[in-house]
Amino acid sequence: MTMLPPPSRKKLGLVIDLDTCVGCHACAVACKEWNDGGQFGPLPDENPYGKEPLGVWFNRVHTYEVVPTAQASPGTVGGNRKPVAGEREPIGAASRGSPAAGYRLPATGSSSAMTIHFPRSCLHCETPDCVTVCPTGASYKRAEDGIVLVDEDKCIGCKLCSWACPYGAREYSAVRGVMQKCTLCVDRIYNDSFEEIDRQPACVMACPTRARHFGDLGDPDSAVSKLVAERDGYDLMPEMGYKPVNKYLPPRPRRDGCASKAAAAPEEKVDLSTASPILRWMDRILSR
Amino acid sequence: HLGHPNAAEHRGASPSPQPSPTLSGEREQSGSGEQATSPTPSPPNPFLEGEGFKIVPADGVDISPLVVGEYVLPDGRTAVPAFQLLAERFLADEYAPENVAPQCGVDPGTIRRIAAEIADVAFNQAIRIAQRWTDAHGREHEEMIGRPVAMHAMRGISAHSNGFHTCRMLHVLQMLLGAIDTPGSFRYQPPYPKAVPPANRPGKSRKANGALDAAPLGYVHAPEDLLVEADGAPRRIDKAFSWEFPLAAHGMLQSVIRNAWAGDPCRIDTLFLFMANMGWNSAMNTTQTRAMLADRDPASGEYRIPHIIYSDAYWSETVNFADLVLPDTTYLERHDCISLLDRPISDADCASDAIRQPVCDTDPDASGRDVRPFQDVLIDLGARLGLPGLTNEGGGAKYPGGYAQYIVEHERAPGVGLLAGWRGRDGSRSGVGEPNPRQLDVYKANNCYWHAPVPAAGRYYKMANRDYLAWAKSLGFVGSTDAIVLELYSERLQTFRLAAQGHGAQQPPERERERVARFFDPLPFWYAAVDGDALLPSPTGRGAGGEGRETDQRRSEPRPSPLPLSRGERGSSGSLGEFHLSAITQRPMFMYHAWGSQNAWLRQIATHNYLYLHPDTAAAHGIGDGDWIWVESAHARIRVPARVHAGTAPGTVWTWNAIGKRKGAWKLAADAREYAKGFLLNHVIDDLLPARGDGYRYANADPVTGQAAWFDLKVRIYRDAGDLADAADAGNASNAGNAEGAA
Amino acid sequence: MHPAFSVIFFTTISGCGYGLLFLLGLSLAANPLLFVRNEALLVLATGAVFAAAGLTSSLFHLGQPQRAWRALSQWRSSWLSREGVAALLSFVPVLALAAAVWRGDAGVFVRMAAMALAVMAVVTVCCTAKIYTSLKTIRAWHNGLALPGYLASGLLGGGVMLWTLLAASGNDDALVRADLPVVVAILAAACAVIKREYWQFVDTAPAGSTAESATGLGRFGSVRGAEAPHTEENYLTNEMGFVLARKHAARLRMIALVLFAALPVALAVPAMMLQSMALVALCAVVAAFGVIAGTFVERWLFFAEAKHVVMLYYAGVRAEG
Ligand SMILES: Nc1nc2c(c(=O)[nH]1)N[C@H]1C(S)=C(S)[C@@H](COP(=O)(O)OP(=O)(O)OC[C@H]3O[C@@H](n4cnc5c(=O)[nH]c(N)nc54)[C@H](O)[C@@H]3O)O[C@H]1N2
Ligand SMILES: Nc1nc2c(c(=O)[nH]1)N[C@H]1C(S)=C(S)[C@@H](COP(=O)(O)OP(=O)(O)OC[C@H]3O[C@@H](n4cnc5c(=O)[nH]c(N)nc54)[C@H](O)[C@@H]3O)O[C@H]1N2
Ligand code: SF4
Ligand code: SF4
Ligand code: SF4
Ligand code: SF4
Ligand code: SF4
Ligand SMILES: [Mo]
Repeated sequence: MTMLPPPSRKKLGLVIDLDTCVGCHACAVACKEWNDGGQFGPLPDENPYGKEPLGVWFNRVHTYEVVPTAQASPGTVGGNRKPVAGEREPIGAASRGSPAAGYRLPATGSSSAMTIHFPRSCLHCETPDCVTVCPTGASYKRAEDGIVLVDEDKCIGCKLCSWACPYGAREYSAVRGVMQKCTLCVDRIYNDSFEEIDRQPACVMACPTRARHFGDLGDPDSAVSKLVAERDGYDLMPEMGYKPVNKYLPPRPRRDGCASKAAAAPEEKVDLSTASPILRWMDRILSR
Repeated sequence: HLGHPNAAEHRGASPSPQPSPTLSGEREQSGSGEQATSPTPSPPNPFLEGEGFKIVPADGVDISPLVVGEYVLPDGRTAVPAFQLLAERFLADEYAPENVAPQCGVDPGTIRRIAAEIADVAFNQAIRIAQRWTDAHGREHEEMIGRPVAMHAMRGISAHSNGFHTCRMLHVLQMLLGAIDTPGSFRYQPPYPKAVPPANRPGKSRKANGALDAAPLGYVHAPEDLLVEADGAPRRIDKAFSWEFPLAAHGMLQSVIRNAWAGDPCRIDTLFLFMANMGWNSAMNTTQTRAMLADRDPASGEYRIPHIIYSDAYWSETVNFADLVLPDTTYLERHDCISLLDRPISDADCASDAIRQPVCDTDPDASGRDVRPFQDVLIDLGARLGLPGLTNEGGGAKYPGGYAQYIVEHERAPGVGLLAGWRGRDGSRSGVGEPNPRQLDVYKANNCYWHAPVPAAGRYYKMANRDYLAWAKSLGFVGSTDAIVLELYSERLQTFRLAAQGHGAQQPPERERERVARFFDPLPFWYAAVDGDALLPSPTGRGAGGEGRETDQRRSEPRPSPLPLSRGERGSSGSLGEFHLSAITQRPMFMYHAWGSQNAWLRQIATHNYLYLHPDTAAAHGIGDGDWIWVESAHARIRVPARVHAGTAPGTVWTWNAIGKRKGAWKLAADAREYAKGFLLNHVIDDLLPARGDGYRYANADPVTGQAAWFDLKVRIYRDAGDLADAADAGNASNAGNAEGAA
Repeated sequence: MHPAFSVIFFTTISGCGYGLLFLLGLSLAANPLLFVRNEALLVLATGAVFAAAGLTSSLFHLGQPQRAWRALSQWRSSWLSREGVAALLSFVPVLALAAAVWRGDAGVFVRMAAMALAVMAVVTVCCTAKIYTSLKTIRAWHNGLALPGYLASGLLGGGVMLWTLLAASGNDDALVRADLPVVVAILAAACAVIKREYWQFVDTAPAGSTAESATGLGRFGSVRGAEAPHTEENYLTNEMGFVLARKHAARLRMIALVLFAALPVALAVPAMMLQSMALVALCAVVAAFGVIAGTFVERWLFFAEAKHVVMLYYAGVRAEG
């Protein structure tokens, strides 16, 4: 049934912390590993050792650079830049290093861009068109916990659901002729043969920085809901109106250069001729 | 640096065998008068009493060390506490934020902010854990205080020719913060910490049966431990533990091929390599290294390196050079052990080791593959060659059961073997105990690992925590429960500097004196390592820092100070100043060096790499996103695809390590992007420094530890005029094995 | 969006087919005796074959065509399902009408069947269009101009086919000599106007989403990809990341306009003055080929120019059109 079920109380999903994600792809690989051999696998690969390997993944890790808008210098940061000046520029005296030190002084402070790693998988949206567009009922949202799944036995591989997903969460397998997507590891999280601690998505368990959290976002008292409230978690592309369940936690803003309380710290310039009073003072401080 | 007079100020704790003496303030003497209850009050020793202070063992409790100042000893010499020396060095103008900013690319304001944040976190945001513990001196503490400042640095710091001293600087900073193995700080993982330096010295001489008297790698404590000829020349093929690289505790694999090819210091018969892709990403100067592996002596027509044996589980770039290939199993097909003696899998709260067991069949009939575990092969070869460690008295093989038997039965020291778990005949012992014939079975029954949690009271301050040290001793990790002293001022380094300055029986040959004297500074210091200039001894004999300094009568010795930079003649490489961009690599988190690329999934993440550069750097060179550019060092150049990345430092360009592959290697398709578009930066990294005055070229490595200095690479870049749209057609010259020599 | 041949063929051909059926239905509903029996049957059969051929070709787009029947089940939410249902249902009036015409009926039943056919043809084409226009993820489709475009080109295709079929079967009436050429010319002009409006919209419509909103990182500055999750293409970039250079797009739009609008008008107007029926038929045939080819190009562009929001996640790490 591709009519959306009435909103469920339980909304299982992930919370992804962009502050701590280091972009290691461990979640993506662990996801592929689990699901390839799991109930929803395999996740086929094509041309694995050839020129252009291709395969199905449920989780992809992007890396972005974010340039503060005020400082963004147009022409240097943007899409598809093309060369601005002519050919090879001679490295002349201007860029030659200080002769005394024999190395060039690197330019300082001009790079305030943030590099942010960004894992992307199904957000298990509350009102997603990927479900309603499906002609066969293969794509469905579970009434009991809100997980969005594909029934591969019903799927005709029309790809329409992947067109309807703004988040690129669905990957079609040409080998299997069906649509595949993140299952929220439904075959782990309810798996009675697992110990309690293992009843979590594979990607969450693999994350070395604990940037991924799993839980019930419908329960305001759950750990994930609290985390979202505390850290100002947000939706991707809210304008689509799909109401994602998964939330992203923003990175902490960059402390820029010396713009912090430390800048106010008194500048201690130590003159060694007067060092001894300072050292005597340190002696007092350091004496056990 | 007062030497080691047998200090005798006794407190409850027994003095350690070699106590570092310290100066203790008089006022504390009076303040702690009640401590005269110490069991054996020592008779006052006038030799050790100065004006208002006493010399006592530094690890005494309840002393008040004089950490700053200058003190005249009773014998007239002047004593300066190590801390004063350290403070003088780093409070000097040279290390002021304004002066270091240009070198590190961080502006002074940011340096101050970071310093203030570190101090704020360490001291104002301390973590307190309610956990009683006892320190190594027997004092009890109610809680564990954490200075939650942690620093991570590995190759980025160490793989420079100034890496050792930079590492020491960070270490010293952590010491000053008290952020060593505390809650929230850097943590030791058992079996560490170990004594500084660890007791095992590198094997030096041979026993009657030909075996080395100790393991070939170890820790040099003093010049006596070096592996040098009478004239000071290196003895090992890699020149590790020589005056050129005295503390090369890991050996210098990166120099072996070059030295074997050059016959310096000696010729070898057979080069036997395994698990290091020395014909590609593990080598610096890859193109020439490959040439050396295949080079023949024109006189004899023979290979300069007569025989090469290589064991690999995959078809790496090195395989084709071998006369004999030993096809290894993969780690799914053999026994392995991840031992506490090597690189354990412990974490800070537990000691752990583990085994692997074969889970795939390697029976040639079943698998169609003719492979054997390389450890089995090594043991077999050793037995056939009659090596003493691998044969028993009768000359028969000692480990006919191969590596699995070796894991269980081999003992490095009595009771200490590769695995720490379930030792003793009955498997009841941990850490130390007789071999247990059923050990592997027990491991297999326990998910293949052994795990010993550190007792709660021993989790922090492991270097000075009695609860930890007692536990560690019971497992054989440490020899005693004495505190492990971390040095601000390194006596070991000073020993080498003194040798270079003419003290002691073992002294460096003349040509190495200045270099040893300069780099064996007992306190860490910074020096520019960019073009090897700093590493070149002056062509005119001994530089400063020799005996001449002792004219200052007030001081018994000169303050340790970075000796002045002397300038040698440059190599033939031209003006190095032109190569003004630092070029570095980073390990891709999703791959392990070269062999990740034959994993069908990891390849899908990246089949090729780019050179990343800051938009300003790109603009200054007229380079656009996706352009093909040349990266040129003083030594060679390669053609690479560029990408603009605002997160890269403007003075630096970088790429992922080891993604570029040689055509045909790893059984990838002939048009695989790893070859067609990916590249290996190592082609442009020289393995030698520019020549010193007499023409000799040192290995491109840290002069103290011999750590390869691949991150010192300096390059210039420019657009490829040819502008080939698709390198697949043109072929990426470097990956076909021919980086162009530029000089 | 990747311009998949099977889908382009499907929408173009079935669009023509339904256009033809619609015009036939409308005509017969107005006047059951407008055509002689064989003409009516020929037109009906051609319309049905085109509609069916389009539908069949769409099956090739499926990964599991043998399960296509399942696609009829979700008509309550899915336009694709509704389209399938409508397409099949439209064969009921086709068959009924065929039977009635065969029998020579000219009564209420024929009118009812013809009316039903016209309605079902429109409904089916609307459903087809709605499959695309309902996708919020694709700005070039999710707008008020895409559906009129589908209807107009269906009608144009139907009109020019009707003209061609009648002319080729030797119908010498004013219908063929004057009325249909006028209809074709008007439809072609209307089509051109709608398409130009549509392209104008595609070129100027503000993006509803940005890399900043896609990542939520806009609060920190402008967002650009530094590294993609994969250096080679994957399903998403193959399917939704089709890149068409602007200059090619402009040229292809011109070609489409010439083929589906200028050419039919240029042929319809002189055809009205021509004496020779053979030449009229030739004009009609050429115009029909022009319309179909032009629609094909237009439909190709409909996909190739459509940008999917998911590509915002790849902003800066992939070539953009
Ligand atoms: N995924 C993965 N993990 C691995 C490995 C692998 O191949 N893949 N290899 C393993 C091995 S053998 C090793 S040795 C370790 C090494 O582990 P790391 O030392 O972490 O290795 P790299 O990623 O090369 O890190 C070097 C970092 O130092 C930076 N750097 C370079 N020069 C300087 C400098 O002058 N100053 C500072 N501050 N930074 C600098 C570089 O930008 C880079 O980010 O990793 C181990 N872990
Ligand atoms: N530019 C640059 N160069 C570097 C570094 C850098 O950061 N930058 N890092 C350096 C460092 S720290 C290191 S450790 C080296 C690493 O470089 P390498 O030691 O070359 O590392 P790998 O590519 O992993 O190569 C190991 C070899 O072992 C083989 N192998 C894998 N599994 C098995 C097995 O089970 N049995 C056998 N017999 N062989 C096996 C692989 O096929 C491969 O040929 O690179 C060094 N080179
Ligand atoms: S992320 Fe995409 S696939 Fe997942 S529920 Fe939302 S719209 Fe559907
Ligand atoms: S591809 Fe499968 S799941 Fe997706 S819409 Fe079509 S039938 Fe439904
Ligand atoms: S929840 Fe499971 S299926 Fe979804 S991304 Fe994580 S590992 Fe993959
Ligand atoms: S495993 Fe964690 S840190 Fe690594 S990419 Fe995934 S979310 Fe980020
Ligand atoms: S990849 Fe992760 S799990 Fe594997 S050895 Fe490295 S840190 Fe450990
Ligand atoms: Mo390494």
